[in-house]
Amino acid sequence: MALMTSTRRLFHVSFRENSLRRAEALISATNTTSGNLSLAGQRMACIRVRDFGTNTQPLRADNKVTVHFTNRDGEKISVKGSPGDSLLDVIIDQDLDFDGFGACEGTLACSTCHLIFEEDVYNKLGPITDEEMDMLDLAYGLTDTSRLGCQICLTRSLEGMTARVPESVADIRQSGDGSS
Amino acid sequence: MSTHKAALCKVQILKLFLTSARCGRITRFHGVCGLSTSTPASSAKVCIVGGGPAGFYTAQHLVKTRTDVQVDIYERLPVPFGLVRFGVAPDHPEVKNVINTFTQTAQHARCSFHGNVRVGKDVTVEELQEAYHAVVLSYGAEGNRTMGVPGEDLAGVYSAKDFVGWYNGLPRNSELRPDLSCETAVILGQGNVALDVARILLSPVDILKKTDITQHALDALAESSVRRVLIVGRRGPLQVACTIKELREMVNLPGTRPEMEASEFEGIAETLKCLNSTFPLPKASIGTIYLTRNMLQTPPSQSCRNSADQQQSLARPRKRLTELLLKAAIETPGEEELERRNRAERAWGFRFLRKPLEVLPSTDLIRAAGIRLAVNRLEGDGEGVRAVATGEVEDVECGLVISSIGYKSLLIDPAVPFDARKAIIPNTMGRVQQTAGLYCSGWVKRGPTGVIATTMNDSFDTARTLLQDIGKGTLDVSTVKPGSQGVSALLEKRGVKPVSFSDWEKIDSEETRRGEIKGKPREKMLDVGEMLQVARA
Repeated sequence: MALMTSTRRLFHVSFRENSLRRAEALISATNTTSGNLSLAGQRMACIRVRDFGTNTQPLRADNKVTVHFTNRDGEKISVKGSPGDSLLDVIIDQDLDFDGFGACEGTLACSTCHLIFEEDVYNKLGPITDEEMDMLDLAYGLTDTSRLGCQICLTRSLEGMTARVPESVADIRQSGDGSS
Repeated sequence: MSTHKAALCKVQILKLFLTSARCGRITRFHGVCGLSTSTPASSAKVCIVGGGPAGFYTAQHLVKTRTDVQVDIYERLPVPFGLVRFGVAPDHPEVKNVINTFTQTAQHARCSFHGNVRVGKDVTVEELQEAYHAVVLSYGAEGNRTMGVPGEDLAGVYSAKDFVGWYNGLPRNSELRPDLSCETAVILGQGNVALDVARILLSPVDILKKTDITQHALDALAESSVRRVLIVGRRGPLQVACTIKELREMVNLPGTRPEMEASEFEGIAETLKCLNSTFPLPKASIGTIYLTRNMLQTPPSQSCRNSADQQQSLARPRKRLTELLLKAAIETPGEEELERRNRAERAWGFRFLRKPLEVLPSTDLIRAAGIRLAVNRLEGDGEGVRAVATGEVEDVECGLVISSIGYKSLLIDPAVPFDARKAIIPNTMGRVQQTAGLYCSGWVKRGPTGVIATTMNDSFDTARTLLQDIGKGTLDVSTVKPGSQGVSALLEKRGVKPVSFSDWEKIDSEETRRGEIKGKPREKMLDVGEMLQVARA
């Protein structure tokens, strides 16, 4: 078990670096492959700043923010994340096993990281871009306090908040049930 | 501990380490990194027909949920991933991120991929049912709906399925050689596939050349004379089937301008004005019940009840989509945008209330020179709106006609029940009707609509059904079945050599290497023979 945990920690660090590198690659790739240049940079909403630099101090406990997720079975799960992480990052790093969550790996190409917030928390979240709203519009069970988890950056002001993982009966872009 | 056990322990730990090493954090999260080593002989053996998203997501859910299930995926082509490779547009690379999860599934200890095996030809479904406890049909939709009009067979008329296959490197479309020497292209259908086709036809080549679009398509598009693309639908602006992301990409497409008739949008602006400017959605609290799209509609305010026939309520997604469409179609642009439009050399536009009647031939009767459209009007309202012919007819000059009116599943084996009218396999929650041990997932189960996430959820549903049947004993997994070993023996006798996942990785490396030279993510191989050569090297 100990080996597993230390192995995981090792790979957490290197994969975070990899994911940031991939993020940078994605931004530059997106810039050249898509005509929508102005919005490309906004796809990676949160930049993790901890992993780079020569400082190899272990992560300090007081750096963390506690957040709660209510899963599809109604269970409340409490986890800690670092400011600057996206909520999708937190969910992945903490191995919260939500079926099919984050299918496009945080690139605003799906709506599977749909989360629902309490109103006062919702109002504290960062601004929503057209791109996020476009994908959010396709989420099942959309509410006016819904956001995509990959676009929400954890900040200290979100300490103690709860987000609900809604049922996921797929994107609205499905069979002929009216508009399609 | 005996030395034998100690040695086994070390092997286990080493395998754990290696498995973790192979797993990216996202794919570990999706739970597909298998920590088991060998498969017990009494495990349930499941066969999946089709190596696209439906096949892989079904496999993922099965191996993740039970540790005694072995899953084998059979795929017709030497290369996996189906429409993720051949359908998703080249300029949408992030949509293809799901390949990472599929790769981890294929590399799972209890999952194996067998490419270059044509089920229905190289091995029958009945033979698969003998070798496996359960067979899941996930082979998608290889065909397409036809317009059924005269002139459909003229040169210059293509299905969107074939056109997309052509620019995405599907081997059977590699010789399509569409003629792009005309000025106007007409696309029938207004879904996301239609918009993909329009966007690829009009995108600046400088953008396309950095994607994984095939070289021959890139060359053809660089020489293309197409300057105007019309996207034609049977019904009105409020029924358009595409979604806002794709529409926004058209609006923002460099070097192009929208060109639409204001008359086609009569009454739409009024309908939108009748709604509150910030459309109220129900506030959520932790105990809120789940909402369906219908519940997000509220009736128009009192002052609007007497105006316009369309007293429709619009959900937020439809409202935003319609607003963007109206803005592109009829709003007077600001100075900067006006300048941009004046400089643009290419144009695109939606045309509504038009249905194809005939493709008109050129004087030499060989190719398409125009399309005759019936003019419709709308009857009914809300979700029940229908298009009805007015009797009027309109001819549009064009040299390229692309029908994007739907894919269609085909029957691949007479032993499988098939509903020819709906073009799906008749099933209840993924259980194929009247055939024990046979399941289906993806488009062949539900019909050919929806995005990858739709298919993902659907595949999870079928996997749950199958697992339920194992749990209840309805699906008997107590007998010993030969699984892939049985099938391999048959294939060998028939001279069929499957392509393993590591063989695919050789193809993958070679495609990536060829792409790198040109500054593309990959240069796809177009010929199955070449794929097999590289796979066996």
